[in-house]
Amino acid sequence: MVSRPMLEIVSLQKCFGDNVILRDINLKVAQGELVFIIGPSGSGKSTMLRCCNRLEEPSGGDVIVDGRNIMSGTRRDLDLMRLKVGMVFQGFHLYPHMSVLNNVTLAQRKAMGRTAEEAKARAMDMLERVGLAHKADAMPAQLSGGQQQRVAIARALALDPLVMLFDEPTSALDPELVGSVLAVMKDLKAKGMTMLVVSHEMGFARETADRVIFMDGGVVVEEGAPDEIFGAPKAERTQAFLSRVTR
Amino acid sequence: MQNFLHTFFDPNVMARYLPDVLSGMMVAIWIGAAVVVAGVTAGLALACLRTYRIAICDVFIICFADIFRALPPLVLILLLYFGLPGVGVRLSGPVVLFVVLSLTLAAFAEEIFWAGFSSIEKGQWEAGISTGLGFGGTLVYVALPQAVRLAIPPLVNRVLAITKMTALGSVIGVLEILSAATTAQSFSGSATPLSLAAIAYLVLFLPLVFAARMFERRREQSLGR
Ligand SMILES: Nc1ncnc2c1ncn2[C@@H]1O[C@H](COP(=O)(O)OP(=O)(O)OP(=O)(O)O)[C@@H](O)[C@H]1O
Ligand SMILES: [Mg+2]
Repeated sequence: MVSRPMLEIVSLQKCFGDNVILRDINLKVAQGELVFIIGPSGSGKSTMLRCCNRLEEPSGGDVIVDGRNIMSGTRRDLDLMRLKVGMVFQGFHLYPHMSVLNNVTLAQRKAMGRTAEEAKARAMDMLERVGLAHKADAMPAQLSGGQQQRVAIARALALDPLVMLFDEPTSALDPELVGSVLAVMKDLKAKGMTMLVVSHEMGFARETADRVIFMDGGVVVEEGAPDEIFGAPKAERTQAFLSRVTR
Repeated sequence: MQNFLHTFFDPNVMARYLPDVLSGMMVAIWIGAAVVVAGVTAGLALACLRTYRIAICDVFIICFADIFRALPPLVLILLLYFGLPGVGVRLSGPVVLFVVLSLTLAAFAEEIFWAGFSSIEKGQWEAGISTGLGFGGTLVYVALPQAVRLAIPPLVNRVLAITKMTALGSVIGVLEILSAATTAQSFSGSATPLSLAAIAYLVLFLPLVFAARMFERRREQSLGR
């Protein structure tokens, strides 16, 4: 890799009590790269993602975002770092008591210190980008799951993140709504966003991912280009997993 | 019939004691309003404090809420009013009434707000925190508004129940509605002042009950969409 990685995970460990979930994870994600993460249920994919913005506190190791180690620094640094690391959840988690617009402006105003006008302008741009500018005044409950997830993406994008983390962004969606969210993610990738995606959408991975990581037992078992991993996986565990999920 | 009207609605007695009952109403309104403001504010503050999950604070808050929800306010009122002077602290009747009812309301309000906080899904906190709002920001802008919304219906009922207890002031000489009426009743020998008191309570509380009902209906409609 020529330039320094946008996101670097160095011997990351995470235990819940005696339960070791992440044993030793090492991963570099270059600027503009989309890294796709697969692995069996319980293999620690979500945990790894959540360690990248310290939603989950790592038990050991380092996470470096744009050259900054997120494990050091004050609380304020931590919140500033979180602005730079966007996170999209399986369950959307829009704020149900606020309009779509306010969902997207809240952290801009209260965490970034943008004025109401700046925040609104930026929010409308981002809603436009996910195709939902016309829903700015709607309440989240009035939107479909796919629309809610796109608002959640806009909410994260509005904070000008350097990296976006996606934890099974389409798993809670009806099949006919998955495409709209994947299209937004594809567009993001085309515009140069650095992305770490946990998902079961293998077709999307083949088309869009630069690299696929197979995780199991708290380590990265295998990584490579999508064609390598899906076409000719080397490790036995990868083969077994893929044959299970792709029939 | 004549007898009934004379006993409960004697116009002369009414005219004679109406001013007393009215001034009792003012006292009840003032104390009631102060109790609502203090009790709800304290209850909300305690519930917010509890979201930080600081073990020692939680123990204190839970003990407070359980004790003050268990104790009959009348017992506390008598204890403070007749007991404290024994250790050199003399509180006036209205102050004792205010303190006891505020603490009681705070205890119930804390539990109601806490139930609201507890039913907010974890993802809401995670969304707030992962967008850099921090715990405090997420509490204020994300969790609190949702918790308050959930708390309003049970809170309104509890507020009504506790503000009515200003009538307990009559046992420690607070000149609120009921004590004005019982005093008048013993002077006049007529039950009419007590009827006046009942009417006064209706005038005070029926609009509140009605408002609560309207609020609840609007809420159901907005939830049903
Ligand atoms: N807060 C927690 N406390 C204790 N154990 C936890 C906690 N969070 C996760 N775990 C455990 O860590 C393991 C990995 O969980 P994680 O959610 O990271 O897996 P995953 O790979 O995302 O799985 P899935 O595909 O089902 O989402 C699981 O066995 C889970 O039970
Ligand atoms: Mg997961």
